[in-house]
Amino acid sequence: MMDLRIREFTKGLWKEIPPFRLVLGLCPALAVTKSADGGLGMGIAVTFVLLCSNVLVSLLRNVIPKKVRIASYIAIVATYVVLVEMITQAYFFPLYQKLGIFIPLIVVNCIILGRAEAFASKNPVLPSALDGLGMGIGYTLSLTVLASIREILGSGTWFGMQVMGSSYQPFSFLVEAPGAFVCLGLILGIMNSLGKR
Amino acid sequence: MELLILVISAMLVKNILLAQYLGNCPFCGVSNRMDTALGMGMAVIFVLTLSSACTWVVQRYMLDPFGLGYLQTLVFILVIAALVQLVEMFLKKSAPLLYQALGIYLPLITTNCAVLGVAIICIRRDYDFVHTIVFSLASAAGFSLALVLMAGIRRRISVSPVPRALQGTAITLITAGLMALAFFGFAGVDASLTALK
Repeated sequence: MMDLRIREFTKGLWKEIPPFRLVLGLCPALAVTKSADGGLGMGIAVTFVLLCSNVLVSLLRNVIPKKVRIASYIAIVATYVVLVEMITQAYFFPLYQKLGIFIPLIVVNCIILGRAEAFASKNPVLPSALDGLGMGIGYTLSLTVLASIREILGSGTWFGMQVMGSSYQPFSFLVEAPGAFVCLGLILGIMNSLGKR
Repeated sequence: MELLILVISAMLVKNILLAQYLGNCPFCGVSNRMDTALGMGMAVIFVLTLSSACTWVVQRYMLDPFGLGYLQTLVFILVIAALVQLVEMFLKKSAPLLYQALGIYLPLITTNCAVLGVAIICIRRDYDFVHTIVFSLASAAGFSLALVLMAGIRRRISVSPVPRALQGTAITLITAGLMALAFFGFAGVDASLTALK
């Protein structure tokens, strides 16, 4: 029993880590990973929404009629996203400005809706919460790693601190849009070659 | 003239997919075949323009007068979801041919972040109604253009010897990165058009 719980939590951390293994939620993964703090902030916001919406969807799974379930999930997710939006605007304004349009767009992050539909709507509260938390932490980790690579190589800093020597010529391709696609593509390739054998 | 600049900028220079990172999930999902890419592109052009117009009206005449701006995310996603459902029902009844072509893509569009993204961008940039329509049409056309181009490229990739680890989404993302690099070239067009004005 305990084993099963642990597995529900840890599958989001390696075996099905989004967005590398479970290729969902690509847009924010590309857009906000210009700098490490953006990636970390977006990851935490998504984790919060994912955890709360998974718990609520799981609690309501016997109440929501099958036919309108997707619309109901969207309404639940949107409620938490509005909360996140207001909290970041009030207490973390620089982050709010940095993430910009991608905070409201958490609503349409397919990971959240995907977990609600594939897991929380069929499982009791505790496993759903663990699933949401695991997936959320996995997403945060991946975004932070991707953002760190892009920030360190692309602008020579990490979380705003200078890490490369002053003679380092920043590889600015990586902080632009094309670099985001190529970098994510290469990480996916690395993950594939690690996982296949 | 000003509208022309807006069209070129939205479609090519700041391509919604390759420069603003919106709508990547359907981009990776349906770009493997030309006919599905075309169908999805058409459906996005149709729904995106309609939904931006609706959300603009909702924002201007319902949210703004009553100071309900903080509900924007929640209201917009519900408007879009309801609209997609309506369009689906309407097409099924009155234009069965069009429904056959676009039908299967419509439910997917609710969670296409380009739709919600463009609606929010229009509000944040304070566009009037005409600019909203033109901007949405051009953005959606840019999305479809990138999607169809990608479908063409992927057909060639499917017969090329891609390293095993990079097959699938990884090579698609790297190709998208190269396409984004090519679209960077349009920045000059934008600058010279602005100078003309």
